[in-house]
Amino acid sequence: MSSGEAFRLAREEGRGCLVGYLPVGYPTVDGSIEAMKAITEGTRGQGVDLVEIGAPYSDPMMDGPTIQHAANRALERRVRTSDVMRAVEAVTNHGTPAVVMTYWNLVEAYGVERYARDLSSAGGSGLITPDLTPDEAEEWMAASDQYDLDRIFLIAPSSTDERLAMTTDACRGWVYATSIMGVTGARDEASSQAPELVRRAKQVSDLPMGVGLGVSNGDQAAQVCSYADGVIVGSALVNRLIDNERTGGSDLTELRRVADDLAEGVRRRG
Amino acid sequence: MTTNTPSLPDNRGHYEKFGGKYVPEALQAALTELEESFEQARGDESFAAELDDLRRNYSGRPTPITEAKRFSQQCGGARILLKREDLNHTGSHKINNVLGQALLAKRMGKTRVIAETGAGQHGVASATAAALLGLECKVYMGQVDTERQALNVARMQLLGADVVAVASGSRTLKDAMNEAMREWVATLEDTHYLIGTVGGPHPFPKIVREFQRIISTEARGQMIERFGQLPDAVAACIGGGSNAMGMFADFIPDAEVELWGFEAGGEGVESGRHAATISAGTIGVLHGARTYVLQDEDGQTIESHSISAGLDYPGVGPEHAWLADTGRAIYRPVSDAEAMKALEDLSRSEGIMPAIESAHAVAGARRRALQLAAEGKQPTILICLSGRGDKDVPTALKWAGLDGTPNEVKGGLE
Repeated sequence: MSSGEAFRLAREEGRGCLVGYLPVGYPTVDGSIEAMKAITEGTRGQGVDLVEIGAPYSDPMMDGPTIQHAANRALERRVRTSDVMRAVEAVTNHGTPAVVMTYWNLVEAYGVERYARDLSSAGGSGLITPDLTPDEAEEWMAASDQYDLDRIFLIAPSSTDERLAMTTDACRGWVYATSIMGVTGARDEASSQAPELVRRAKQVSDLPMGVGLGVSNGDQAAQVCSYADGVIVGSALVNRLIDNERTGGSDLTELRRVADDLAEGVRRRG
Repeated sequence: MTTNTPSLPDNRGHYEKFGGKYVPEALQAALTELEESFEQARGDESFAAELDDLRRNYSGRPTPITEAKRFSQQCGGARILLKREDLNHTGSHKINNVLGQALLAKRMGKTRVIAETGAGQHGVASATAAALLGLECKVYMGQVDTERQALNVARMQLLGADVVAVASGSRTLKDAMNEAMREWVATLEDTHYLIGTVGGPHPFPKIVREFQRIISTEARGQMIERFGQLPDAVAACIGGGSNAMGMFADFIPDAEVELWGFEAGGEGVESGRHAATISAGTIGVLHGARTYVLQDEDGQTIESHSISAGLDYPGVGPEHAWLADTGRAIYRPVSDAEAMKALEDLSRSEGIMPAIESAHAVAGARRRALQLAAEGKQPTILICLSGRGDKDVPTALKWAGLDGTPNEVKGGLE
């Protein structure tokens, strides 16, 4: 299933789409796959609609301390691009669509066309590319066309109208609206810039808009879904895995509860 | 004779397949604003006059060319000339770029600058320019580097800057750059990111090249005026590549002038412990540009190693990658041991102690001179002596096994 389809189904149910981010390889490759499955289920069989599978990278310019920590641990254990493909296959076989969030050098090193081919055969829907904008994306545009993959580029509060039109035009599936000028990480306050960004983007595009950066609980998710088509949550999920690392535990119940809260939030709509 | 090269970078910041802007969308508007401001400033005579005044009356330009007669005797009869960037205020070429960018920041209405630094030279230069121009300054430095360069941390603090130790990733220069980028995206309104090298996303490689170009503009004029000729070869050390780019820039059209960039070979390229990005790296994307990168087969950055903190970086400016690919400039590694030998030899033959970074250029130039001597030639080689060695005394002591004990004691009873 394409990732845009997950947004469409949520819209049909009159609610927001919930996208959950977890990095491959934290605490281990198998452990991360278990965690990804867990957030699709919560404790009551209801969780994220789309899994955003993070590919750990040595120089993650867009990530705050939480996701950096998890990625570092994964890299210490020598997580590979092949593990990312394995996670995609496991999540999609489990019944939830998946996109990969990856810094561009990892795709270039693997080979853009080869990456698209392997992602497609693993069942992946597409890529979120935090440091690749359409300006430099010629090769990815061609490869994603060839393998029918979604291209989720980011838009930001600082994007000019011209860039909003250019970027959303290059997107396929949905658009990732970064709610603030900053990096990933849970924040207490809701963004004041995100509603305006989504409003501006909707003037130039019919694609669904997912809002990410700083959203950590069901109340915030509900608020975001009052003006956007979906919400992306990462650090709040990763924090539960960091709790496990600190206590030496492996129980995923708390992680599932965060998914419960968020899944309930996107059904509440403000 | 001049070569006919198109003006690079192109309007997308590309040096053919290198360069570009691989950054989050949130930064795109700021990069465009920076590029426009830079182009406007370049065409503004008052900006040029202000920068020229600071160069002459604050930094101490033009820097001289010193003929290294005694050192030349160790170079097979070659004539070795030194472009003395070490005589700049703050002790290196870094001030050239910093003064230009700090003026640009003020022009853009920014009230603070942030910078990354490895050894601390760029950080000190940034803190200096910020103090001069009344800007706030925060410097990001890898935690490993703050520990081994505590003196420079204190210098920056004395100049009024805040120093942030970066504890993420490998805790070195590349991580300091990541952290500075992360802060910049959240503080764009009042903050300029003062990048210290010809790296990062467009337009930074171009801006830094243009502010460092003064090195070769002066040197080329000095060669013609004083020596009546161009050098046969120009040599510079290269980490990110700012002094090399400044030293090469005006000589690039002179096709008969060899351009040599000497990378940090560390413990030897074959050992894997080096920072010889062009010699041993592969093409990838790092810190916003496509260039040569030290990376594993999955594209994860590999940590670099060099005795010289200023060259200890796993990437290189995209224009150098392009110059290497076109063959216009030649890049070769120089090991820690070769550089330290050159540091000692230049100190003892000329009374000039180069920074360990610059000592790589000295060692490489001597190697090239001896190669040419073997072919019966006696070339004139111009070396960019990018910085002075005072900061490296602790490293040099350790390398030479010295501990600061005097040779003998005289006078006094017992």
